[in-house]
Amino acid sequence: MGKNLTTKTWAILAILLVFLYGIFGIPHGGWKKSITDRIHLGLDLRGGTHLVLQVQVQEAIGSSTDRDMTALNTALAATGATATKLDPKVHPEVITINEPDSSKLSAVSTIVNDNAYASYEKQSNASGYTMTLTQAAQRDLADRTVETSIETIRQRIDSLGVSEPVIEKYGLGDNQILVQLPGVDDPARVENIIQSTAKLEIHEVVSGSPYPDAAQALTAVGGSLPPDEEIIMGSGSGAGPDQAWVLKRASIVEGTDFRGATAQQDENGRPDIGFTLTTEAGDRFYKYTDANKGTGSMAIVLENKVREVATIQSAIRDQGRITGGFSQQQADDLSLMLRTGSLPASIKYLETRTVGPSLGAASIHQGVMAAVAGLVAVLVFMLIYYKGAGINADLALLLNLVILLGFMGFTGATLTLPGIAGVILTIGMGVDSNVLIFERIREELRLGKTSAQAIQDGFDHAWKTIFDTHVTTIVSAGILFIFGTGPIKGFAVTLVFGLAANLFTAVFVSRVIFDYLLEKRGRTAPLSI
Amino acid sequence: MEFFRSTNIDWLSKKWYLLAFSLIFSIGGVLSMLFWHGIPKGVDFTGGTQVTVHFDTTPNEDHIRSAMDTAKVRDARIQRISGAAGASSSNVIISLPMSSAQDTQHDQGRAEVESALTANYHDSHFEVEQVDIVGPTAGKQLVSQAQLAVLYSLLGMLAYLWFRFELIYGVAAVAAVFHDTLITIGAFSLTNQEISLTVVAALLTLIGYSMNDTIVVFDRIRENLADNRREPLADVVNRAINQTLSRTVLTSGLTFLTVLCLYLFGGEVLHGFSFALVIGILIGTYSSIAVAAPMLVAYQNWRASKGKSASLPAAKPTAPRPTTR
Repeated sequence: MGKNLTTKTWAILAILLVFLYGIFGIPHGGWKKSITDRIHLGLDLRGGTHLVLQVQVQEAIGSSTDRDMTALNTALAATGATATKLDPKVHPEVITINEPDSSKLSAVSTIVNDNAYASYEKQSNASGYTMTLTQAAQRDLADRTVETSIETIRQRIDSLGVSEPVIEKYGLGDNQILVQLPGVDDPARVENIIQSTAKLEIHEVVSGSPYPDAAQALTAVGGSLPPDEEIIMGSGSGAGPDQAWVLKRASIVEGTDFRGATAQQDENGRPDIGFTLTTEAGDRFYKYTDANKGTGSMAIVLENKVREVATIQSAIRDQGRITGGFSQQQADDLSLMLRTGSLPASIKYLETRTVGPSLGAASIHQGVMAAVAGLVAVLVFMLIYYKGAGINADLALLLNLVILLGFMGFTGATLTLPGIAGVILTIGMGVDSNVLIFERIREELRLGKTSAQAIQDGFDHAWKTIFDTHVTTIVSAGILFIFGTGPIKGFAVTLVFGLAANLFTAVFVSRVIFDYLLEKRGRTAPLSI
Repeated sequence: MEFFRSTNIDWLSKKWYLLAFSLIFSIGGVLSMLFWHGIPKGVDFTGGTQVTVHFDTTPNEDHIRSAMDTAKVRDARIQRISGAAGASSSNVIISLPMSSAQDTQHDQGRAEVESALTANYHDSHFEVEQVDIVGPTAGKQLVSQAQLAVLYSLLGMLAYLWFRFELIYGVAAVAAVFHDTLITIGAFSLTNQEISLTVVAALLTLIGYSMNDTIVVFDRIRENLADNRREPLADVVNRAINQTLSRTVLTSGLTFLTVLCLYLFGGEVLHGFSFALVIGILIGTYSSIAVAAPMLVAYQNWRASKGKSASLPAAKPTAPRPTTR
């Protein structure tokens, strides 16, 4: 064997081994287990739950500007100006400042242009200022909110003991999160844990509360709500379910301020939740409770309902307790949510897909059987139609499959049902490359060329076409990968890997086999093709 | 073994028959899309809830329907799935349209269906195998994503062909692919089968496949043009089609074989996907011969009639050589 050919043969064997390792790893516990450990199956094949969530980042932006508005109002008090929000629902990022007295505009200007409000675009007008949170700051806040949400959801899912969950940012910048939970086909349970945003906040109660209903509360504050106040309904035993409370909009303490929470029991044996705050929030809380000792009261707002209202009796630093008619289960769940941090904003479900494990198993069985049946039919046909050269094609096709699956093992790409279809299509294109080459060789032979010359010219001519067809398909598969999601993406991944592998096997490996034959049987011996 | 040793069919002389064939199928599909079934979109695109239920014994569809009615599940659509090789199976899809409440109560549809079934089938066993809930935002997003994906991948291919061949080759190939997609979607409309995300993946496969087929023919045309610049283009094209015919039939036949396996044995989940491919492979093979290649000749004739240079622009250089030497 020529030196060149020997090198090539070794290279092919080495590649075969490397990709076999990609599929099986170091064999352990049977080949089936080895494969399933290396190749990640999509949820459509193994069963599980697929969720797409959207983080309502507008809420996080709103509460951030709420805090700034409260601070502004304190700072502006001397000037007589007030900071308000025109429509917190639609434009939570806009604060407007009204200054009736134009002589104090410069004082207002100093406050507004303070470093603390650097993330706002300020626009002065006749009666004051419009402050808009800059796009960059909003994006930043949104990104952080999504990241915190992902982290929180991850901790909660981990506490459920799901193995190999996927929790990641999803889509092209729409604040979406993808959650995939293999093996979990009871999404109601999962949704319960995730959806309970456990948005817990402590707000100052405006004196006069509670009122029998929202309408009366509104009348009591003079028909329209001051910008920094809101009406929240009560719930549970601590605060009657139908009572309306007028609260300061900006919270004293919010979800992210909690450091720990445990379900415990009060002196009467009723479940309640003890919490601790972070140092920074503890200081803030201490300052506030110290200043309002005996005079103010605080409302504990859970999921936008007033759970409990407590009069501030003494300054509290970093420990507190939430009571209020919990069942033990509720107290346990709630403390879990508080412990793992509450979500910074609530979450909307965009998509839920659940596949039961039995359907997954049936699908994989059918998909694999169909793929194998198709493959066997093709292999047999190639042998019959191209005789000796059919062996080249068959070896190339099998190696192509090994490389494709090995790729998936190495990269951790997920094999989905459409992915299996992608594999079948790869087989189709692999066959096409071989057919193109073989037909070309037959043509050259018909022109009376020697075996060696026909192989040379056949490969050369077919190569151009194979190159063009593969690159075109890879281009479109690449675009699908970028723009597609779910099944489309899974399909694109297998197709790209498969075609890349095919360029190698159909052109290079098949050629080496031919060269090997030529070397062994002479350059002019008739070809079996 | 060899199927076609040297065919010598004058394809271009049959262009009017071929055109008529294409027109009948595309117009049939378009009419169905416009006036009959429309484009039947699955829950992936319309939004809504789709629950796949497996019953122990083959259930009566009317019974399920009345169970849904009793439980006041609105507008439920009951659909039995045909199993492997067309056998009827005891799997049923219950679809609910998107409700306005879905934004806040994402889960409601599933809960309604499950409780309606529990109330009526408590003695005979049923199992919820698959639930897809797609909210309004996701549905819209998936539609626009699918459209963008198709559009961009067509543009990508057009650009590549322009770069490697000439603009007219790219235009002809994209036109052929458009023809195939139109007819395949038309087939979905005529048979009233729902188009899901997986079917979109199949349509994209078909685009890739048909493009592949077209390029093989174009490549041969380009090669023949370089060999003999005097020969009339129609003859060059005819010869190229005949030269690649053996390959075309073989490859399409084998691909069709694998896709047919998928269609027959791939199970209900892949049904739409493989249906699209079965149709697509046939039409994609046909279009590379009957649509794409004749367009080149038509374009050249048009140029000639306007008194411009009659020959197609010279072929571009060949692909980088493989590293086999």
